[in-house]
Order: sequence, then structure tokens, then C-alpha cells
Amino acid sequence: MSEAATTAEPLAGAPPEDEEGRWRGYGITVAFLAPALLLLAVWIVYPMVHTTYRSFFDRSGDDFVAFDNYREIFTQDTLVTAIKNNALWVLLVPAFVTAIGLVFAVLTEKVRFAVAFKTVVFMPMAISLFAAGVIWRVMYEKDPNQGAVNASIGVVKDAVSPSGVLSNARPSTEGLEGTPAGGLALAAPVEPGAVALLGLTAIRASDVPDDAEPAVRPEPLQGGIAGVVWRDFLPGGGEAGVVEEGETGLPGVTVELRDQSGSTVADGETEANGTFAFEDVEAGSYRVAIGASTFATAFEGYSWLGPSLITPAIMIAYIWVWAGFAMVVIAAGLSAIPRDLLEAARTDGASEWQVFRRVTIPLLAPVLTVVFITMLIYVLKVFDIVIAVAPGSVQDDANVIALAMWRTSFGGVNDFGLGSAIAVFLFILVIPVLAVNIRRFRREV
Amino acid sequence: MSTTAAEIDGPVAVTESMGARIVRLIGTTPVYIVVVVLGLLWLVPTLGLLLTSLIVPEQVGSAGWWEVLSKPSLATLENYGDILDNEAITSAIWTTLWISLGATVLPIVVAALAAYAFAWLEFPGRDWLFLIVVALLVVPIQMALIPIFSLYNDLGLFDTIIGLILFHTAFGLPFAIFLLRNFFIGIPKDLIEAARIDGASELRIFARLILPLGLPAIASLAIFQFLWVWNDLLVALTFGQETQPITVAIFSQLRAFGANIELIAPAAFLSLAIPLIVFFAFQRYFVQGLLAGSVK
Repeated sequence: MSEAATTAEPLAGAPPEDEEGRWRGYGITVAFLAPALLLLAVWIVYPMVHTTYRSFFDRSGDDFVAFDNYREIFTQDTLVTAIKNNALWVLLVPAFVTAIGLVFAVLTEKVRFAVAFKTVVFMPMAISLFAAGVIWRVMYEKDPNQGAVNASIGVVKDAVSPSGVLSNARPSTEGLEGTPAGGLALAAPVEPGAVALLGLTAIRASDVPDDAEPAVRPEPLQGGIAGVVWRDFLPGGGEAGVVEEGETGLPGVTVELRDQSGSTVADGETEANGTFAFEDVEAGSYRVAIGASTFATAFEGYSWLGPSLITPAIMIAYIWVWAGFAMVVIAAGLSAIPRDLLEAARTDGASEWQVFRRVTIPLLAPVLTVVFITMLIYVLKVFDIVIAVAPGSVQDDANVIALAMWRTSFGGVNDFGLGSAIAVFLFILVIPVLAVNIRRFRREV
Repeated sequence: MSTTAAEIDGPVAVTESMGARIVRLIGTTPVYIVVVVLGLLWLVPTLGLLLTSLIVPEQVGSAGWWEVLSKPSLATLENYGDILDNEAITSAIWTTLWISLGATVLPIVVAALAAYAFAWLEFPGRDWLFLIVVALLVVPIQMALIPIFSLYNDLGLFDTIIGLILFHTAFGLPFAIFLLRNFFIGIPKDLIEAARIDGASELRIFARLILPLGLPAIASLAIFQFLWVWNDLLVALTFGQETQPITVAIFSQLRAFGANIELIAPAAFLSLAIPLIVFFAFQRYFVQGLLAGSVK
């Protein structure tokens, strides 16, 4: 800047060779600059001054309250939450975006269809953060039948621990005791040759497996224990604990044979008609139980849009949008690195990782800084995506400074004093970034 | 070009042994798989919105959008027909278009004039003034909302397209002036000197020389500014009431997200289709502009 200023200096101080021509020249200059300067003065400079001034007055604007509004920022619950959340955003998001952008940029150097990949990843940049928010609101629906995120988690969970056939069933008689979580066991011990009847109710007809057949009371088994698990329910009555015509067996139920100490000695699954059999059981008394896994409830979905997960959920959506920006800028920096420098390191015996860590990263540092700082500015001012993803009821939990400013000023509270203070607070937060940027511009100018 | 590539590839393929080739393929396959998976991961959310917008109204809210892939009968264009019949949505789309066009053309004209002055006219304090203008780039929009809200109420600009255009214009200027000035200053000095000696007025030089030569930068800028304004929510939400761009129209439906999803999904997809078309049509300029600025 210093040398730029000095180039302008002699001109200003130069003796007027042609007074009239010089003034005419300034007239032209003013004509070129006036529209821009007028717009900037009215829409940016004047409001800056006015907002700062207004922030020292109360809600009505009549009473001077000094720093009360600023004190309010750090004491009012929802505003404190906003600051905490924004701090989290600043700590996590720029770093994640830069790191992911770097990984993606490196990956694009290694594959042939890099253009397609870059286009796909960059695409979210073109759409609004608001629309991106709507997109992710669909993704985050809680019901795993609706929300893709929970559906994917459900699939994984189901593979690890499948949900049971009967999540809501209850015993039909008091002969069956225990809790669904620990499995239901017959109260009365059984000995080889006995028949165990395990009746269940509170099963919706739609929950009965499709391949179920009418329940059958099995014949006693010589030296073994036979039994049946069935839906002990007849529309309009029926006797509890008795297998009757019209009642269906429950197939696929895990049945366990437990010894006196309660440990399982044998297990099996019921047939289509609900029957099961444990053959060759040693003499003694046992208890027959339905395994807990039968009653395991299906995955109901995490509430991404609930108070506790909302901020990470919005951050993921935000990173999805901005990764493409980071990737494109970093890839441009990557392609500007001289190849022979990398080759030289390789011939000197450096491993790929060492080349990346010791040569590529240091050379990329300026580009990585640009991406990081750009993200920092955006993250401080994050607004659209928060208001789009967070349902009204959790906006207090998802609050960030820019959202707090808007909600305080226009979202019903309509406190222009406090709103102005929040705006000034936001501006103060961006000033250090502004300083860094000015230094960068001065180098470029 | 392709023949030379083949010539270069040819001998390499011959000298590389079968074993080395297999090792190389196995070595790169995981990278390919990772890239494909990541690409799909990035594509899925947008695809999800598109498919959600296509689900037949009776099934919205019970079927997941991925079921459309296996049951095409679940898909229909009915939702789109409905929102195109919806007066609020169609007028919102027109409003968005007018605001976006106005707030693209105006700042570019104003910024180009100023950028020319900063690049090629001599006046005292020029570089300081330029620096101040560029510094305004970092002023958050929030700093202007309250005073402009009051000002617009006094001037009758509240809830008007003009009011929104002027606001976007002012906040688009610092970046536009920065970008154009840096581009204009790269235009060869001889060209401008020659025109001045020939007696061309500054306005003539600007219109006949600078603007045509500056077209690549202006194009990048136009795309940026258009998308920026098209995608805006904050400004329109503050200064509009009846004058609603599409983002605000959708926003007002968000309160009952589940109940309105058959309206929200197609409207949201429509609102992002235009930016996507602009992006795919002018991708080159978009990326150039991004690399030139990466600040706004």
C-alpha cells in the first residue's frame, strides 16, 4: 500500500499545469464513481454507523442504556446458547471442510473420471443453503421409513442385531412370567415328556408372520419336551391358555430350554404352526422360555432434528455444501505445484506419504489458509441453513449468532436495541478476519 | 491429440509386465471404489429431494423416497402440476427472477464504472478509497438490516422489488468492484493511451474498449451475483412481505413440514433447478470466478 499511496501523492501535490483540464478530469472521475459510492454510503456505511449507535439504546429507542444490550448477549439463555453453538461451528466446521476438501482434491488427482466426481461434489455449491437445508430436512426425518439417514442406520443395526418378530407381545396367562427384555419363561417347571404351552397376546394381526399356520397342540415327546408358541386370541372370546381352533401358531420364535440355574441348555425356533421340540433331554426339571431377541423392538430412528443432535446434523449438511468449494480451490493449488519438485523428492527416496506431508502440504499452505479463513467468515455468519433445517421448536437449541440477531430483531421479539448489539457483536468477531484479508488484498493490489 | 496419447501409452503397456499391471490395478482399485462411494454419497441428498417431489400425494408421508426406485408407479408429475397452478408459488418464481436479474445487471454496471475509475483514472487518494471499498466486503449484512428496515418504511421501499434490488446491489458492489478493477488493470495500457490520444472520451473508452475486453470477468461476476441473489433468504425475509421470492415462499410453508411436503419438495427442487442449470451451463466461468475471488 505504501508505494501505491506514494504514486498518488505527487499527482495531488503537483503544480497545476492546466487548472481547468484537471478539474474537468475530476468531474469525469466523480461521474464514474458517484453511483457506487452513493449506494455504498447509503446501504452499508450509514447503516453501520446507525446500528452501532442504536445498540446503546433500549428497545423503544428512547432511553440510552450504555452497554446493557451487550450484557444481555452474555446473560440471556438463548443468546448464550447461540454463542456456544457458534463457537462449536468455528472450531469444527472450517477444519472439517478444509480437510475433506484436501482429501477430495488429492483423490481427484488419482482417478480418470475426476471431472464427473468434481462436478457432483461441487454441485451443492450452486444451490442455496436454504434449499440445501430443505434437502437435509428430508434426509433427517426420524421415521426410518421416511428419512434416509435413519433408514441407513437401521439397515446396519438390523444386520448387527435383528429386530424380533414380536416386539409388543405379552403373555396370555399368568403362567408365563418375566419381562420382554429378559425373555418370558413358564412359571411351572417341566420334565421330559411334558408339553409346554406358551400363549401370547397383544399381537396385531398384521404383525403375525405371513407363513403362520393354525396352531396345533403337539403330542408329548418320549424323553423330550415339546410345545407350542401361539397367538392365544380368538375374536370374540376364547379361553386363555388353551390352543383352540382358529388361533394361529407363531413361527420363527426363539425358544430356550433353561435348567434350574437359569442357564440355557438348548434352543430352537418354532415351526409354521408354532410347535417346537427339544429331543433327548436328560431327566430333571426345566423351564421353557421365549428368548428376549423375539421381543427386540425395531429401530425407531435417532431424532436428528431433536434438541440434542440438531447442531451436528446442521453441520453435516453445511459440510456437504462447502466441501466442493474447498476441493476446487485446493485442487487448483495442487495442480500448480511443480511436478519435478515432487519427482525430486521421490528420487531422493521419500515415500508417498513423506512427499505429501513434507512437500505437498507446505506448498499448499497458502491455499489451505485461504479456504480455512473463507470458511471462518461464512461460519461466523451462518444463518439460512440453520433456519431451514431446525424446526421452530428446536431453534433455541440450534441457535447461532446470525439467527439470534434476526429472531431478536424481526422474528417476533422485535427488539431493535438488542438486535443491533448482536449485529455489532457479529461484526466485531469478523474484524480480525478482515485484518487478515486486508493484508492479503494489499499484497494483491 | 488422441493418437499421440495412444503412442505414448503403447510402449508403456508393452514394457509393463503382466504382474506389474495387476499390482497397479489392485493398487488403484480401492481408490476408485472410494471415489465412487463418495460421489454417490454426495449425490444422494439431492436425488432424495427430487424423488420425494415425485411421490404420489397419497403416499407422501408413508413411503420413503428410495421406494420410487423399485416401484416407479409411485412417481408422478402431479405435484409439479399442483405447484404450477399455485398462484403463490408461480408469482414467487417471477419475483425471484426479476429481483435476480435486476440485482445482477445493476451492480455490474455500477461496479464496472467504479472499477474503471479505480483502474485507469488518476485522482488523489485513489488507492485508499479502493481499499476502503474492498474492506466493506466483510461487513455482515446483519449490520444493515435494522437501519434499512426503518429507512425502507419511511421511503415506501419496504416490500418492493426495487428495495430488494438496491440492497443486493449495494452489498454486491465491494466484491464486484474488487474483481473488475483487478481485471481491468490487466488490460494493456497502450490500448487505452492510444484511444485517449485519438480523442476518445473516457465514457467511450469504457463502453467500447473496457467492457468488451472485460467480458470474461463480467460473465463470472454475473453468474456469481445471479446465484447469490437467487439463493438469498435473509434479505428477502427481512424486507419482503407480499413480495416473496421462492425461498421465502417455501420458508413460510416449513412450519408444517410433514403436512406440506408435497408442496415443499417440488417447490424446493424447482428453486434449485435454475441455479443448477446456470451452474452446468457456465461451469467454467463459475469456477474461474471462485478462484479469482473466493472471498465474498
